Amino acid sequence: MQVAEAPATREELCSALAAAGEARTPVRFRGGGTKSGWPPPATPETLELSTAGLTQIVEHNAGDLTAVLEAGVPLAEAQALFATEGQRLALDPPDTGGATIGGVVASGDTGPLRGRYGGPRDLVVGMRVALSDGTLAKSGGKVIKNVAGYDIAKLFSGSFGTLGAIVEVSVRLHPVAPDTATALGESSDPDELARGAAAIAQSPLEHHGIDVAWQSGRGRVLARFAGAAPRPQAEAAEKLLRTEGLATDVVDEDEPLWDDQRVAQRGPLVVKVSSLPTRLPRLLRTASELGGSLVGRAALGLSWMRFEEPAAADVERLRQEFIAVVHDRPADLEVDPVGPIDPATRALMQRVKERFDPAAVCV
Amino acid sequence: MTNGSLLERLRGIVGSEHVVTHDRQLATYESDGLLQYAARPVAVVLPSTAAEVTSVVRACHDEQVPWVARGAGSGLSGGALPVEEGVLIALSRLRRILEVDIPNGRVLVEPGVTNIAVSRAVAPTHFFPPDPSSQIVCTIGGNVAENSGGAHCFKYGFTTNYVTGLEVVLPDGCEVKLGGPELDHPGYDLVGAFVGSEGTLGIATRIWLRVIPKPEAVRTLVAFFGSTVQAGEVVSRIVSEGIVPGAIEMMDNLSIRAAEGATNAGYPVDAGAALVVELDGSEAECETRFEHVKELCRDADSVRVAQDDEERELIWRARKAAFAAMGRIAPNYYVQDSVIPRTRLAEVLARIEDLAAEHALQVANVFHAGDGNLHPLVCYDGANPGEAERAEELAGLIVKACVDAGGSITGEHGVGVDKKRYMPSMFDEPDLATFQRLRCAFDPDGRANPGKVMPTPRLCGEVPGPYRRHPLEQAGLAERF
Repeated sequence: MQVAEAPATREELCSALAAAGEARTPVRFRGGGTKSGWPPPATPETLELSTAGLTQIVEHNAGDLTAVLEAGVPLAEAQALFATEGQRLALDPPDTGGATIGGVVASGDTGPLRGRYGGPRDLVVGMRVALSDGTLAKSGGKVIKNVAGYDIAKLFSGSFGTLGAIVEVSVRLHPVAPDTATALGESSDPDELARGAAAIAQSPLEHHGIDVAWQSGRGRVLARFAGAAPRPQAEAAEKLLRTEGLATDVVDEDEPLWDDQRVAQRGPLVVKVSSLPTRLPRLLRTASELGGSLVGRAALGLSWMRFEEPAAADVERLRQEFIAVVHDRPADLEVDPVGPIDPATRALMQRVKERFDPAAVCV
Repeated sequence: MTNGSLLERLRGIVGSEHVVTHDRQLATYESDGLLQYAARPVAVVLPSTAAEVTSVVRACHDEQVPWVARGAGSGLSGGALPVEEGVLIALSRLRRILEVDIPNGRVLVEPGVTNIAVSRAVAPTHFFPPDPSSQIVCTIGGNVAENSGGAHCFKYGFTTNYVTGLEVVLPDGCEVKLGGPELDHPGYDLVGAFVGSEGTLGIATRIWLRVIPKPEAVRTLVAFFGSTVQAGEVVSRIVSEGIVPGAIEMMDNLSIRAAEGATNAGYPVDAGAALVVELDGSEAECETRFEHVKELCRDADSVRVAQDDEERELIWRARKAAFAAMGRIAPNYYVQDSVIPRTRLAEVLARIEDLAAEHALQVANVFHAGDGNLHPLVCYDGANPGEAERAEELAGLIVKACVDAGGSITGEHGVGVDKKRYMPSMFDEPDLATFQRLRCAFDPDGRANPGKVMPTPRLCGEVPGPYRRHPLEQAGLAERF
């Protein structure tokens, strides 16, 4: 891959992309490079365009709980600024160092906060994009409620830069709760774990995420509560877990528990599984059969299965029963990262791709 | 349409009794909830199954006839306004709830199912959070088209946050599945692109919705202040304290007077502003936060706390009646739906007041205070020559004031025909051209709800140049959308 000098402005990035479009040179966008192993390997003639020069935090409107960020702003840096006002962008994907807001949005990567606040698609309220014919365009705005025009930001969230470059995003922020507490339940029975998670998910308790972790035939359910008075809710959740037969606890200093959940979303081979909460027992048993470990958002049906010894066959096996997309993997592992898509849907996606990337260079 | 062949085909698909062509019957469908606009289509077709919808759309495609989809017709932007040379596809007969899956928090519905029917189907444990004030009649298909909100969306989000999958008939009559009951299907988020596209990308015939458990506790109060500025300051304090109310709604004096006259809810008619604050969640959390909110309202002239469901209902009755009660102020009103950054509330309201005085008209303000979604109601008497035009001009200037403050022309009603002329105030030509790319990918012939959203008619050109596949795609190793 050839590496271009990092454009200093969104206009420069747009010009560089347009020039590549003109020359029909494939282009790959790079943020912090923390997820560069997810897409298929780039060909040697591919040009890498970095957002490293787009690092301006354009606006932080604390009173309105919104912010405007250039794509190359490291997420951690933005969070540090928001924290000074007791706020945050409620995205907490694992960050191995330097993940940018543009990269997080382009990959649709999420962490435990997804259970409460949604993902990038739910938190990005406006976006500027650069397209391969030299178009620089915006959609949405910077208010949290807005239905004017098409939702281009959702289309680009999770598109991995294959439609064009995300150069700036407007985001909705949330207040950080003063206190948190986590109810914890352990068991070696997948059904028991799923029942415990479901009992909390279907209760009126207002959780900030229900996670599951599973490794070597043993697992745990974590249910987090946040607010002015999280402890009573965590205790109520603990009771529900105990009723289902889990060995329980309530943890007040709970941040390390959730850090562990995030960290486990990375590994030598990580496959993200989209399923439904009631299929959790089957998924946990499949993880054991395949020798994998798992963390997941139990109430959302999203899980990350991690394999220490990467094998394409494991991915294929998962795809017999589940929707599975490959995240981390060794560069030499020959596997389709995306998996099957219904032909009619795929054809429509192709038409969208052709319209947004007319030069067909964004790879 | 040049001949009756399409009508014959449509009758063959849905049965003669479900193809409306008599002028008097067509009149029922000539407007949606925004009565300023009216157009009679060639025919109204009422299919009863997804397969019939597909056949109807395919017939229109074959005959090159444009069409407009319609749910309950309660929209407030003219989004379901028919086109005169086209067909109106009314989806009111597709009203089956196909699946209720409480353990997974999912419901599969047809587009004609009403918003309230979803919440009823999952009661008493769960609910469907988007709650537009028309929720008793408005349909899920319409909610999907408009990305509907409601009073509770500051905390809970909009329709787009609760749709996980769609089965869609594209304008060429092909069927596609976008997403499903699961989150994060691979490929582009076409569900996200479709929701809020105002019926211009196709017709959703089956919709997977996410429903959530009902909160354990609800606490509601209404506080009365001397002015909207004072009430606005309290809103800012509540939000900056990290409190996220389930709903936080404001009414100004004119709205209070109209609503009180209509409902006798006990609102003081001399109050400058009424602020309804509703918290929901767990008992303990709600109680703690509610005490805090009461403390923040200490400078109010008076505060009424609902002691039971009945009192809560009474507080809401005045708020919900505000639009309908405007008849007490003037025979006609023109409602806007602009959004502003909440911190600009005081200056924008002052600007609206100035503009109203300049135009010698009254403007009542009712709004979702948490997210800055204003609903200024420009009151006028259409019988007075020139007054309707003056009202429209004033409404336009109010929209402009909101956009100038960093806001949006529409928060939940949609662009439709009514606000498309304001689109250039928010979006430049490259932005609009980029919107059109999405539309062209779904509807290259421009037959789905033509004349809506975009300020000027546009055609879709050919896609320039052949798409070149990535070498890995050619090798069948990868598909990366």
